[in-house]
Amino acid sequence: MENRPLEYDYTIAKMFMLTTIAFGIVGMLIGVILAFQLAFPGLNLILGDGLAEYTNFSRLRPLHTDAVIFGFTLSGVFATWYYVGQRVLKVSMAESRLLMTLGKLHFWLYVIVVAAAVYSLFAGVTTSKEYAEFEWPIDVGVVVVWVIFGMSMFGLIGIRREKSLYISVWYYIATFLGIAMLYLFNNMEIPTYFVTSPAGESGIGAWYHSVSMYAGTNDALVQWWYGHNAVAFGFTVPIVAMIYYFLPKESGQAIYSYKLSLLSFWGLMFVYLWAGGHHLLYSTVPDWMQTMGSIFSIVLILPSWGSAINMLLTMKGEWQQVAASPLIKFMVLGSTFYMFSTLEGPIQAIKSVNAIAHFTDWIVGHVHDGVLGWVGFMIMASLYHMAPRVFKREIYSKSLMAAQFWIQTLGVVLYFSSMWIAGITQGMMWRAHDEFGNLAYSFIDTVTVLHPYYAIRGVGGLLYLVGFLMFAYNIYKTMSSRPVEERELQSASPMGA
Amino acid sequence: MSIAELQAYGYFVLTFLLVVVLYGYIYHLYTKKRDADGVDYESYSNMALKDDIDDAPVSALSDEKVPFEGAKK
Ligand code: HEM
Ligand code: HEM
Repeated sequence: MENRPLEYDYTIAKMFMLTTIAFGIVGMLIGVILAFQLAFPGLNLILGDGLAEYTNFSRLRPLHTDAVIFGFTLSGVFATWYYVGQRVLKVSMAESRLLMTLGKLHFWLYVIVVAAAVYSLFAGVTTSKEYAEFEWPIDVGVVVVWVIFGMSMFGLIGIRREKSLYISVWYYIATFLGIAMLYLFNNMEIPTYFVTSPAGESGIGAWYHSVSMYAGTNDALVQWWYGHNAVAFGFTVPIVAMIYYFLPKESGQAIYSYKLSLLSFWGLMFVYLWAGGHHLLYSTVPDWMQTMGSIFSIVLILPSWGSAINMLLTMKGEWQQVAASPLIKFMVLGSTFYMFSTLEGPIQAIKSVNAIAHFTDWIVGHVHDGVLGWVGFMIMASLYHMAPRVFKREIYSKSLMAAQFWIQTLGVVLYFSSMWIAGITQGMMWRAHDEFGNLAYSFIDTVTVLHPYYAIRGVGGLLYLVGFLMFAYNIYKTMSSRPVEERELQSASPMGA
Repeated sequence: MSIAELQAYGYFVLTFLLVVVLYGYIYHLYTKKRDADGVDYESYSNMALKDDIDDAPVSALSDEKVPFEGAKK
């Protein structure tokens, strides 16, 4: 055999890059459809009465959330792990046939499970727990995929040359452990086949249906402990892993303070798990738990900002790079949106504020300044940084990237600003009453008032989707643009005009 | 004492201990500045900046001179 120098092997990373883009397009397209359905309800019947079952808002909503969370975001996490992991551990996947096999297995099983999930959600099969809609057969598949991911991750760590683990690896490990624990506990369910009703019937429902092992308030508590930490370990922790690697790498700057990154890590782990109670304010869970949720939410600002400020300070003295490179712009704005949503979240977690915000569009606004401005921007930026390195070609077009940046930023701003106004209007109208306590408005009054804001949100979302398509096109064209030399890849990514 | 009260006290004690541990860790980081191997924490940033496969590790796992084929010194 010819004795070639060792190289990093990006086969698996490339495969996951592909699914990140594909699921991103699908998930966001459905998001845009949902947004316009809320503004123009007629769109629920867009494909006629016969197919209304498949095109209505309620059938599509979980498809949106699950496609962007488990499709787009998770693929991005996997793609970046299979890239960053090798590099910071200084070991190539090519060195172990076992790891390559595990990686491929990980990818293909993942695709099969996602396909099954999409099929079942379209068919209307769901446990009706938000972000945990999959029925038990799919849950089993998810667990298998996750275990393989874990084996592949710890396998790579096991053969590393670098003794210490870079901070991003800490965050990837936390993602793995966090989601494993959350997913297992929240999806404890019993197939209805084994259940007997109080009236004595058994074998109720189809074989794939199940009921949660928890009931009532307990179910709600477990569900939001899960839901909130799905945000923590899906939308925060792995994305922080990305920024800690890709921003220093792309800018050529060392992390402003590595020590700060370590202590923010433990701070985040410590605080996040206790904050889930803020989803259940004014519900039937014990009062002290709600108060605790609020308090921990406020404390959560510290570790969140610890990471975000650390990233912004990494650019200290190098701000001309932000002006010069659209790729750095994505990351710096991403970090800023992270600060923004981790300030907004704690404000909404204050009980008196939550009394207005809960159930309103303000929450949806909060969700999307986080996911569009932070998660989406960081995943796209990471893939942009990876593309020249995995394809050994320069990024097809810098000006296209810059245009995309501005279009999407405008999209995010339209999205969250319209939802703020809509949400607060809604909250105020719902609670308005006259001196005798009669409600001042009926529900439909709020719907009428909110119509323009829903339309604006739809436009904002559409802009974001257009930007995402530009991103997909840019990456696609990168595969056949000018080949680059090794030395051009040291820090800033090479880009064509 | 009821189970709920026990839980509440237990919870408080646990939180308090974790806070102490976290602050202890911060104190350790900023006073010692180096980890048990004597490596300055800040130099770990180089794990990302110098991450080509033939770059020298910040602290190598094994102490072989040339850890693998094709390594440049
Ligand atoms: C310090 C950090 C944060 C705190 C304290 C926080 C707090 C909150 C609060 C109070 C709610 C509303 C609960 C309700 O009334 O229904 C909420 C909802 C939500 N937040 Fe955050 N947030 C934070 C950061 C983030 C980030 C960075 C993201 C995403 C990237 C995010 C994603 C979400 C999602 C998806 C929901 C909606 C859950 C649902 O009802 O389905 N949050 N958050
Ligand atoms: C093209 C951009 C997008 C548009 C137009 C869009 C639109 C929507 C709409 C209309 C809803 C339903 C809100 C409601 O029920 O009132 C929603 C919910 C949601 N979307 Fe998106 N979305 C987009 C992108 C994303 C992305 C990229 C993510 C995550 C990475 C995401 C995560 C979520 C989540 C977690 C919810 C549930 C929020 C909640 O329950 O409070 N969305 N989205």
